[in-house]
Amino acid sequence: MKNKPDNKKQMNRRGFMKAATAGMAGLATQGCVNNINWDRFFQSHFKEMDKEELKSTLAKLEKEYSAKYGREFVVKATAPMEGTLFGYGLDLSRCIGCRRCVYACVGENNQSRDPQIHWISVMRTKMGDKWADLENSTRYYDPALVPEEGYFYMPIGCQMCEQSACVKVCPTGATWKEPDGIVVVDYDWCIGCRYCMAACPYGARHFNLAEPDIPKDEINTNTHYLGNRPRPKGVVEKCTFCIQRTREGKYPACAEICPVGARKFGNLLDPESEMRYLLEHKRVFRLKEDLNTQPKFYYFF
Amino acid sequence: MFHKIRNFLVALMNIFHGSPLYYAWIFFLLAVMGIGLYAYSVQWNQGFIVTSIRDEVSWGFYIANFTFLVGVAAAAVLLVVPAYIYHFGPIKEIVFLGEIMAITAICMCIMFVTADLGRPERILHMAPLIGTPNFPSSLLVWDVVVLNGYLFINAIIFLYVLYKIYEGKSYAPIMPLIILSIPWAVSIHTVTAFLYNGLPARPFWNAGILAPRFLASAFCSGPAIIILVFQIVGKFTRINIDIMAIRKVAELIAYTMALNIFLLGCEVFKEFYSNSVHLAPLKYMYFGLHGHHGLVPLMWTSLALNLTALVIFVVPATRRNIALLNIGCVLIIVGVYIEKGFGLVIPGFTPSTLGEIYEYWPSGIELGVSVGIWATGALIYTLLLKFTLPVYSGETHIEEPEENRERVVTA
Repeated sequence: MKNKPDNKKQMNRRGFMKAATAGMAGLATQGCVNNINWDRFFQSHFKEMDKEELKSTLAKLEKEYSAKYGREFVVKATAPMEGTLFGYGLDLSRCIGCRRCVYACVGENNQSRDPQIHWISVMRTKMGDKWADLENSTRYYDPALVPEEGYFYMPIGCQMCEQSACVKVCPTGATWKEPDGIVVVDYDWCIGCRYCMAACPYGARHFNLAEPDIPKDEINTNTHYLGNRPRPKGVVEKCTFCIQRTREGKYPACAEICPVGARKFGNLLDPESEMRYLLEHKRVFRLKEDLNTQPKFYYFF
Repeated sequence: MFHKIRNFLVALMNIFHGSPLYYAWIFFLLAVMGIGLYAYSVQWNQGFIVTSIRDEVSWGFYIANFTFLVGVAAAAVLLVVPAYIYHFGPIKEIVFLGEIMAITAICMCIMFVTADLGRPERILHMAPLIGTPNFPSSLLVWDVVVLNGYLFINAIIFLYVLYKIYEGKSYAPIMPLIILSIPWAVSIHTVTAFLYNGLPARPFWNAGILAPRFLASAFCSGPAIIILVFQIVGKFTRINIDIMAIRKVAELIAYTMALNIFLLGCEVFKEFYSNSVHLAPLKYMYFGLHGHHGLVPLMWTSLALNLTALVIFVVPATRRNIALLNIGCVLIIVGVYIEKGFGLVIPGFTPSTLGEIYEYWPSGIELGVSVGIWATGALIYTLLLKFTLPVYSGETHIEEPEENRERVVTA
């Protein structure tokens, strides 16, 4: 708005004509339409694909990614396990704020390095500060050593809400909750309207502002369609509880790397699971309970 | 019948004839559109990295403009009611100016929303049958439905009434649709308000007063634009604008502006008096938060403009003074544009859900695309007006002899 009057002053009619011609020429030479991947353009919604289409789509994606990164890719669509509802636990007393989980996640899940995307934000708060609004917390701390005296740390990622605000608002149904409780995104169906980002109370959703940049030698080639496969620009992505690992019985990367055992993961429907033990014996709470999003991410201390 | 329609469409050719001033205006708009197109091509090729939109403030200038323009579109109803329901003569003669403004504003809304999409080529994923619209759950789908419906209704009414006037017959059969357009106008702005309103993650928007505030501010800014357009049209064309029409619209603005400011006051009282953590966005807007003051000057400017306009419009003497009235209109347009744009969208995201303050200011590319869309809107309005005027002024009508037509419509 500030710039508007200046623009008018600087540009006479000839200037406008020049810019206009440049605009048309720019459109033509940069080839907007050529940027569309036509094969993907006609791809169905993940949930509407039959077995044949899914198979050929996965093969197509593998080929595309292998060509782009020069390495063999696996793109799976592993189905949820029967009788599974995943839950996560985080021990605030143990977390030292080292952010190993953040970077393990980036590596495992092929997040863009530039522009940088982190699915986990570790919030640092001063002991005794009001932190209900999180305004006194920061994720941009940078000390030589952690933990710092007088601070506590709280990692926040997708809370895998049972009543997900993001799923409710998505205009195309490109994001949904799977039977095992994981909220996923079909990156080839998302239109990039970012309504889910406005709706998410936890800042868990991230937008690909540009074509993701991932070094070829750091790319994880073992991928899941709904999880860590490389994303295109202009779509939203988020934590998937490492769907490519957890549906095969492994721990998520963040839980595996945590050096202090602050991160717990398991099946909420299994009475013998570690998660159930936590829920029954610890003082647990969930973030922003008043919004009734019913997260499956439990903090305890 | 065919013959009649053909003659009617000949009026369409009218858009290619005009004075040098007309051509200059059209080429000016085309040039600005070119700038917008260039800016958009940069965004298309590089992604939203060229905008100032980030994860913390995930909607910006495009959605702000969209919201403002939904209000402008809805405000056409303030002409429709006195014209068709109360048969208020002076407004009835020029109600088409409001209808084409509604059509134009909706077209601009659609362009702004599309510019805001990360993957605009997938927009049909929202469409029924070929896509998977998340209806009725997603308010965005509702918004697509009501906006397109409003565009459709207004286009039909506009063309039908125009054709009947050209035929010299009554347009009574379309009255039900005209009546329908009135609640529909309210619905487009209500649904747009609900789009924000239904998000408990954003306490600034999650207030029941939002939809009424939307309507009140829309019914200030829309008519203010209409008053200015009335005068411009009256000056450059043969259409006669009755001063009574302007006075009536100005009177309406007096009420709506008072209501708008009252509702803002309600909001301010509730937040500041309860002083909960939900006060943060309002504090950020008017006083700054944790050393971030990005919106403060803008918001106070907006408030000052709106209050000054309120005085101008409420006092009958100043309202009747055409110069003061025009100043008041400009104040309202700018005041509401700030309030509805920056003042609504940005504080919803500031502070972010994780308490981070990212100070948003639109980038050059965003400004370029937006200016381009405004120019497109101006072009649509100009062409529609050019097409419509000869019919309304009676220059093009059914008894026109063939050989005279060409000469007359070029006037």
